[in-house]
Formats: sequence, C-alpha cells, structure tokens
Amino acid sequence: MIRFIDVYKEYDNGTKALKGVNVRIDDGEFVFLVGPSGSGKSTLIKLITAEIAPSEGRVMVNGYNLTNITPRQVPHMRRTLGVIFQDFRLIEKKTVYENLSFAMRAIGASNRELRRRIPYVLKLVGLEQKGDRYPGQLSGGEQQRVAIARALVNNPSMIIADEPTGNLDPQRSLEIMMLLERINELGTTVLVVTHEKNLVNRFTKRVVAIENGRIISDETGGYYNVEKI
Amino acid sequence: MSRRFNAGYYVSEGFHSIFTHGFMSFAAVCMIVACLLIMGSFSLLAVNLDSMLGDLENENEMVVYVDDSLTEEQARNLQPVLAQVDNVSQMTFVTKEAALEEFRAKRESNAAVLADLPDETLRDRYYVHVADIELMAQTKAALEQVEGVGLVRAAIEIADGFVLVRNIATGVAMALIGILLVVSLFIIANTIKLATFYRREEIAIMKMCGATDGFIEWPFVVEGMLLGLSGALIAFFAQWGLYQLVARLAIQGNGLSLVNMLSYSSMAPTILAVFCGVGALIGVGGSLFAIRKFLQV
Repeated sequence: MIRFIDVYKEYDNGTKALKGVNVRIDDGEFVFLVGPSGSGKSTLIKLITAEIAPSEGRVMVNGYNLTNITPRQVPHMRRTLGVIFQDFRLIEKKTVYENLSFAMRAIGASNRELRRRIPYVLKLVGLEQKGDRYPGQLSGGEQQRVAIARALVNNPSMIIADEPTGNLDPQRSLEIMMLLERINELGTTVLVVTHEKNLVNRFTKRVVAIENGRIISDETGGYYNVEKI
Repeated sequence: MSRRFNAGYYVSEGFHSIFTHGFMSFAAVCMIVACLLIMGSFSLLAVNLDSMLGDLENENEMVVYVDDSLTEEQARNLQPVLAQVDNVSQMTFVTKEAALEEFRAKRESNAAVLADLPDETLRDRYYVHVADIELMAQTKAALEQVEGVGLVRAAIEIADGFVLVRNIATGVAMALIGILLVVSLFIIANTIKLATFYRREEIAIMKMCGATDGFIEWPFVVEGMLLGLSGALIAFFAQWGLYQLVARLAIQGNGLSLVNMLSYSSMAPTILAVFCGVGALIGVGGSLFAIRKFLQV
C-alpha cells in the first residue's frame, strides 16, 4: 500500500516538484499515473523508491514510513517493490537468466531458490525459451519482458513501471500492458506511469493525474482525459 | 528469502569481473605495479643507505689509552670495568708491543727509522665500539672517568656527521614514501573509479532490487584485493630484476668497494609481505573509495 499525506518536495535548486500531494493506493490496485513532463511524476516515483526524501509530509510504502526510514531499512523496503524502467536497464553482459539471478542474488537468494523461481517467472512473461540469450539478441518488447521478469522475480507486493512502453511500438506496448494487467490479476499492486493516452483509455483502470506538483484528478475506472490536464 | 553471507558468490563475482572489465583491470594492475616499484625503489635505497651508514659507523671506533703506570696485567684487568660503561658494545685489547708492530707495519717505508724504537714507546690500549653513535660524546666522557684510563680519543665530529646524514636520509626517505603512498592511493582510486563508472548501472539496479551496501561492496573488495595482490607479485619480481641490475652496475663502477649493497634475497620475504600488504590495502581502499559515490542511490 502507498500513502502520500500532504507531501511537499522542494529540491536544493528551489524547484517545487510536489505541492501538498495526498494519494492512497491500496493493495491489489492497478493505477495509471499520468501527467505532462515536469508535472512531478518522476519525483513521486523517486519518493516511493526512497531515492529522495520528502521536504514535508508523510510517505508510507508497504508498511514503511519513508519520512524517517533509516538507511539500513531502505534495502528491505525496496525488496517489497519491483521497478520497471522505460530503457529496460538490463545488464548487457549477462544473459536473461543471469539478469534475473543477479536480482535474486542481491537479496541473498540461494541457488535452489534461483532454480525454482526463475523458470516460473520467465514462463509468466513468455520467455521460457530465451533464458540463455543476451539482451542485445532480443527485441525491445522482449527486453521489456525481461525487465518485468526481473521486477517480479523477488515476488514483490507492488510493481512500479516508469514509462514501460516509451520505447515500444503500439502492438508491443499493448502486449506489455496486458502482461502487467495479468500480473495485477495474480495479486500484485501495479502503478504505471505513462504518457500514452490510447493505452490508458483502452484499460478502464484508476487514473491519477498530476500537474504542476498537484493531484488534479483521481478517478477509479476513469480514463486519460486530455482536457482535464 | 533467507539472507546469508555468500563468500563463494563474492569471490566468483570479484574474480569474474576482473576479466569482464579486462582493460580497466589491466590499467589498475599497471598503476599498482608502478606505484609499488617507485615506493619499493625508494625504500630499498633508504635501507641500503642505512646499512652502508651502519657499516661506516661500525668502523668509527674510540681508542682508550691505558695509563703508563699500569702493568699489562693491570691494563687487561680494566676490560670488565670498561665493559660496564653504558653504550660500549665491544672492545679489543692491544698491548703496547702489538700496537708498535702495527704502527711499523703501516709505515714500512720508514722501517729503518722506526726499527730502533723501544717497546715502551706506545701505550696499551683498547679499541672500543659503541652501540649508539649518537651517544659517543657521553661515552667518551664516561670512559675518561674510569681509573687507569690515561686518554680517550674519539672522532666526535665525524660521528656527529654520520648521525646527521643518517637522520636526513631517513627523514627524506620516509617523507617520499609517505607522499608516494598517498599519491598511489589517489591514482588507484581514480583508476578503479573509472572502472566502476562503467558499472554504475549495475550498482543502481542492485540498489533498486534491494541489495545492501555490503552485498554490493564485497565483490569490489575481492576484486580490489585480487588486483592489488597481482600487482604486488608482479612488482616484487620486477623489483628483484631492477635491483639486481642496479647492484651489477654498482659493482662494475665500484672499484674501491665503497658501495656494498644488501642482497635482495635476504630481504625478499619482507619485501613480498610489504608489497602484498600495501597492494591489498590500495586495491581494497581504492575500490571502496571509488564505489562510495555510486552507493548513494
């Protein structure tokens, strides 16, 4: 679960990125976070992943209060999240299997756990035959599936996808979004940050719109309304 | 998922990454070798200088002349008393007859003139070596107080000169080694930082997956240590070759045997231990210093 209570964020250069954000995302929800460039979306994601701290207000993520979280607690909080990026961020010198095992090793998983979990996750994203390929040998859509598999491999309670379809064509984008929807149906909370109006409109999910550091719309079952933002 | 200290994984990752980032590893090892060679050369120079000064110091002896009124037996009986004086390390008794023979032997060209000298011309004497050349003046004064000692002759000025030269040489060598150590650390840290820069993405991904700083640091520690030890071993053998070359040149241009260099093999275990220690220190220290910045995600 995510809760933002009166959250303000001002950077050292004086930029006020968030101005009193209040939002709550419950376990099991699928939420789109939409807004133009510079609206505060990235700041919101960085606050959730504890890359930055709020200037004011409280941020709660999966039971951790990020306002006063200690550096030792941050890795444990992050293990409850799976993060997907627009540019995939795969390690080019490692195979698909190694990219996933790398993420599992990071939290101290044993070889047995790796052998049990990775084939299951690869099958879930439809890449069970491509474990020995390098990222450079895969299409953009497949690379993003690997990134999703990596985000899922440690069994997080929430997936945060930051512009996951930004580098993909419409067909691949739709496939990725359907995969995220399926993951959500299996019980994982999904937060998708996106610009893509057509995709948002196609899935009737909760849409939180942010502009100029403020939440200007939050509609369950709503759609990406350009006029609104 | 259980948490454990996976030493095998850290060693495997550290070892593996040396080869996957081959060029940067090569650059780091070269830097370590260069730094150790420079430091090693200065240290060996200082050690040899110290040894040569020590030899010269040992040759710097005092002559304690026994009072004329004492018989040879009484003069010999002075030995335990003189040995009690602080800072006296060893002494040799020479009778007046033996001293005269020695005197004549050194002046063979004047043998005819010296032949008729009576045996009592010179005095019984002790040649005395001191443990610490810096305390030579105090030792001379103490020896002069011993009953039965007629005169003590010591080259205090020369001794003071040796002490001054040794202190300056040691000071300069220590300062140079200290400066080079700091410069080496800085260079290694920058070399490894460059290597780490290419891997900031990996570190960022690990952090995002929930890896602790320790988990991220350990493979770098192993890698730094392996690079440091590799550099130390190469530097050890390179230093050996260089030292032998310099020793050979010194012997060739050293007809008077003024330069007497210590053998490398006698110092080898110490040099290897110091190189490995310093190599591992700058390897691990440089690695940790280099990745510190990338851990702040």
